[in-house]
Amino acid sequence: MIPILQLLLRLGCWLLLAPLLPGIINKVKAWVAGRRGPPVLQLYYDLAKLWKKGVVMSTLASPAFVMLPAVAWVAVFGAAMLVPLGPAGAGLSFRGDALLMLYLLALARFCTAWAAMETGSAFEGMGAVREVSYAVLAEAAMVAAVLSLSVQTGSISLVTMLAPSVGACAGLLAAGLFIVLLAENCRVPFDDPNTHLELTMIHEVMVLDHSGPPLAAILHGAAMKLLLFAVVLAQAVLPMDHLRPLGAAGLLAGSVLLVTVAVGLVESLLARFAFRRVPLLLTTAFLLCLFALLVAWKGGMP
Amino acid sequence: MNSNLNLLIGLAMGLNLLALGSSRLPTLIRAMSAQGVILGAMPVLMDHEPDWRVALVALATIAGKGLVIPGLLRRAMRTVQIDRELEPLIGFVPSMLLGAGGAIAALALTHLLPLLPEHAGSLLVPGALATMLTGFILLIGRTKAISQVCGYLILENGIYLFGLLLIKAMPLMVEAGVLLDVTVGVFIIGIIVDRIQRAFDSLDTRKLTALRE
Repeated sequence: MIPILQLLLRLGCWLLLAPLLPGIINKVKAWVAGRRGPPVLQLYYDLAKLWKKGVVMSTLASPAFVMLPAVAWVAVFGAAMLVPLGPAGAGLSFRGDALLMLYLLALARFCTAWAAMETGSAFEGMGAVREVSYAVLAEAAMVAAVLSLSVQTGSISLVTMLAPSVGACAGLLAAGLFIVLLAENCRVPFDDPNTHLELTMIHEVMVLDHSGPPLAAILHGAAMKLLLFAVVLAQAVLPMDHLRPLGAAGLLAGSVLLVTVAVGLVESLLARFAFRRVPLLLTTAFLLCLFALLVAWKGGMP
Repeated sequence: MNSNLNLLIGLAMGLNLLALGSSRLPTLIRAMSAQGVILGAMPVLMDHEPDWRVALVALATIAGKGLVIPGLLRRAMRTVQIDRELEPLIGFVPSMLLGAGGAIAALALTHLLPLLPEHAGSLLVPGALATMLTGFILLIGRTKAISQVCGYLILENGIYLFGLLLIKAMPLMVEAGVLLDVTVGVFIIGIIVDRIQRAFDSLDTRKLTALRE
């Protein structure tokens, strides 16, 4: 009975709670700007509306145009099921699942970029190029973070890797992973999710030609990815092994909320960076994670 | 005790990277002076029995590197009205990667050096090497006179960190003398920067390499 309950809990968290995060970010932004803002549940309404609509397809696009967003969504969902969710545990856990998570996220990105280029629009090709070139640097940081966690705990399974860690290493990782979170989810200093100016868009431009259920899958997948990164960040930094299940769940939810509010604050207080300065910030994230790796490695030695 | 010290040195090494990655001169000056203050506070933390002379030198270092030198540099910056390094010879990302690579190499190779057993576990030597390397990168890679001065001061910070190894053996007079030299040096450089600006309408030191009548 308990495993089924846990499975339902995890599915509920990933599928139903994920669209809440963009809503919270928008609410924080509206609150800082002194507006009332869209309701927190706005993304749920959007998803429901998009699900009922039909698909408009370009005559140039192949059937892959509809299939790829679905594949990307499944990849992100699979990566999410590998991440332990506090007391609820991970859906699937085995040796080396951290690598599978990284590759599933990369697969999702590949599918989105491919789907973007299906319509043959130069504009969307440009967005795909930007997305992929940022990802090269962001993935290096992510790999360094995973390495430092695995050196610290001596394991390559996400469930044990994300177990307690405190000290300088956790601080460095927190800063590095937060920058990676902003870059991977196309949030403000890297990309502006609100803008529709052709020179500045990245993620938005890639999904410009999608409509109906595929667009719903893309939006839901993006929300799930944001939740995934927030959960990984919270669990990599906070020690929550010795807490009781309810306390751990509360701590996890609170820290994810804190990360979301922080993203909203960054978004309202910071301007988007010029393209030339983005590599510098991503290199900083990489170096932060690299130094966390160094601390973990040196700290482990007598 | 040792872990506190290591934390401070780690912070100083982080400031190295900040100095290498920032294009704005005020950030560079702030990183340099914060590093000076952190290093200045270190002798007090290292010494087991409180000694008024050590405290005095530490206080003078903190005042000199934290207030006087940055103040002089900011004044020089204001008179020549620039606040950015626009075209460095070594770009910001490469210089950050170089600095990080140097720091990692220093950490990895320090155990090859013949150190006293009491210094083996501390970050003093790798921190000093990484800071000196940062100073060199700034000196070589930047073209504006003020960033080069900051590079020189960071190099001096590294040498000071090395000197902490010998704090028992080196007379405090030497430390005080070095501090005085550095302050006077920055004072003079502030005047020179103004002169360069007047003569060439720019602070680009590459213009100083061409001879004209």
